Amino acid sequence: MTTSLFIAATGGLFGGIDPWIFGFSFITVAMTLWMGFRSARTSKTASDFFVAGRSVSVGWNASAISGEYLSAASFMGVAGMVMSSGYDALWYPVCYACGYLFLLLFIAGPLRRFGAYTIPDFAEGRFDSPLFRKIAVCFVLFIGFFYTMPQMKGAGTTLAYIFQNITWADGSHGLPYWVGVVVVGAVITLNVALGGMKGITLVQAVQYWIKAFAISVPVFVLMSVYGFYGLHVGANETKAPVVAVAGLAADGTGVSDSASKIERKPLAAKAPKDAAWVSPFGPLTTKAVNAAAAALPAEQRAAYLEEHQRPYSLLYTYSLIIALVCGTAGLPHILVRFYTNPDGVAAKRTTMWVMILIGVFYVFPPIFGVIGRNLMPDLYAGVGSKGTDKVVLELPTLLAAKYGMLGSILSGITCAGAFAAFMSTFSGLLVSMTGALAHDVYGRMLRPKSNPAERMVAFKVAAVLIGAVAITLGCFVEFLEINFMVGQAFAIAAASYFPLLFMSVWWRGMTMKGAATGMLAGGLCALVAAAMTNVSTLALDKGPMGKVFAGFAPLNGFWAQHPLLRILAEQPAIWTVPLALTLMVVVSKATAASVPGDIRMKMLVLHAPEKLGLKQEYIQEYQAGAGH
Amino acid sequence: MSQPTPPRHDAVHSEEFLHTLMRRQLKLSIACALAFMLVLFGLPLANYFAPELMATRIYGFTLAWLVLGVLFFPAVWAISWIFIRRSIWLEEDEVRQVENDRKEN
Repeated sequence: MTTSLFIAATGGLFGGIDPWIFGFSFITVAMTLWMGFRSARTSKTASDFFVAGRSVSVGWNASAISGEYLSAASFMGVAGMVMSSGYDALWYPVCYACGYLFLLLFIAGPLRRFGAYTIPDFAEGRFDSPLFRKIAVCFVLFIGFFYTMPQMKGAGTTLAYIFQNITWADGSHGLPYWVGVVVVGAVITLNVALGGMKGITLVQAVQYWIKAFAISVPVFVLMSVYGFYGLHVGANETKAPVVAVAGLAADGTGVSDSASKIERKPLAAKAPKDAAWVSPFGPLTTKAVNAAAAALPAEQRAAYLEEHQRPYSLLYTYSLIIALVCGTAGLPHILVRFYTNPDGVAAKRTTMWVMILIGVFYVFPPIFGVIGRNLMPDLYAGVGSKGTDKVVLELPTLLAAKYGMLGSILSGITCAGAFAAFMSTFSGLLVSMTGALAHDVYGRMLRPKSNPAERMVAFKVAAVLIGAVAITLGCFVEFLEINFMVGQAFAIAAASYFPLLFMSVWWRGMTMKGAATGMLAGGLCALVAAAMTNVSTLALDKGPMGKVFAGFAPLNGFWAQHPLLRILAEQPAIWTVPLALTLMVVVSKATAASVPGDIRMKMLVLHAPEKLGLKQEYIQEYQAGAGH
Repeated sequence: MSQPTPPRHDAVHSEEFLHTLMRRQLKLSIACALAFMLVLFGLPLANYFAPELMATRIYGFTLAWLVLGVLFFPAVWAISWIFIRRSIWLEEDEVRQVENDRKEN
């Protein structure tokens, strides 16, 4: 009640915007900008800009990697997807976190010892091939753009939520989705162009803690009022039609023994049924088969589902796991952070801390999804920026009915967390993509003789350029689920960078041609497959986007006839990763003569402990020749 | 970073040293990865072949949900903690060996 009075009092200024939500979000944005500007004054050299002077401590670096990694997908998308798809969506947070283990086991240490600014640097250094650098740069940009799209959707959704009650002069309500994308995109682009990487390390480390706070505190409050996590999962067990059992204790705390029930609101028509939602192989993984069954005559459906549903779901699950686990190890903006560790041991310790930090974080978003299903089922009916993706933002407002302002404050906190999420990941991506463009394309290819000052200018121009492209792409994706888009970016990274890094580090017989063939074939196949499912999904939209992509609508008929192909296109990792690995081995064997002559030395630098000082030796040998 | 550059053609540059080095590290990594993949790929199989067991309710969670949503994370932390300890020990051991070799020569 207090809140609405306050809103009414400030109506002229805020026009129906909750001041708490607006305030918390504004503080997060302002703080990010301030920190960026402040560090802009202290980062002077090119090294500061690209890898933060290589002297970031383990604690800071781990927080910064976690801050960068926990994107809009983790913060909003996971909760939204758990709410819309149930159990199967749990694979996302688990594999987002566990993919780091693969990075730690096979890639983190060697990569750091080899010492290069970017992945393209590694690609060139390992194979002595400037051509390969160009190919690697293209992939940094490809994967990067795929991964910026969901961040942009997070931005658009959050701003549309904050300004949902605003009234315009012409009487229309709410903020269009694209405005949020443009505003947030422009702000971050400016920040990166001015501050570079060093500013970003500090900003991202702080943003991890904002996100961790913003996701956990509202969960604890919600659980203490509406019941424990397990109780809410347990509520999804219907034997008879759902009857809302009055279970909240009279004192209003709602914390009661496990015999009492959660007070559920009736599920919307579009919501999946309890059994499908709570058990494995639910709506997410069976979508293709169900669509195929719907196209069959009614009497064949049951038999068809019986035969195909579960095996295809299992396939989908495995493909998803491979994409997420291998994809983590191949994301360019995460890899570049390993170079900011002082040494290989620190790189390993950092990864350990990152796993703990993000593992703790990932327990919370699914809780929002679970509670949201029971208490806010209206979201199932919404589409685009009004659908389940905003459950994290909206769920705390339930408390407003009981505790007034508390609901707004908590919703404000989760909005601030969402801002921290897409701002940090987008700026991290922007830095790595800008680095690739400025350092590789400009500094190495176009103007190798440019001086540091010119390179700094190039960095700023490249940042603005990439920011603009990312914003444009972001405007198109309102109707794709955040988490789904991130999964696809991971699938592309899994089929290109992961095989490249893994094989180059551990197999000395790898040649440039083998690496390039495998990476290109795997990455492009995954890219095409992902794009095909996206355009066919967008064609189903009833709004303006559907008209743009209407030409791809017949594809949906094809998917209905071939559900297996649909699964393999939607989750391509299960065939693209082996394809890339096989091509790498076969082509490398065929071109074995072109293995770099000093491969033994390279391998020593990759694997020998840094205390042996082999790196210096390697650089001294190379200073004359390769233009280091 | 101020270690003196070692002289060329000592044991460090031998084929044998590199081979042992990579094999020991890879063995450790693969052992840890196998432990991890057993859990990761085993869980969908358990869900597939023993759906009733995995649907058992524990504090409201299904067993499948409890494993994936909560218990998975500590298991992975344990694996990575073991890996990091072993791998730092391995590196130190390698440095010790090389230094002993150099003293002998």
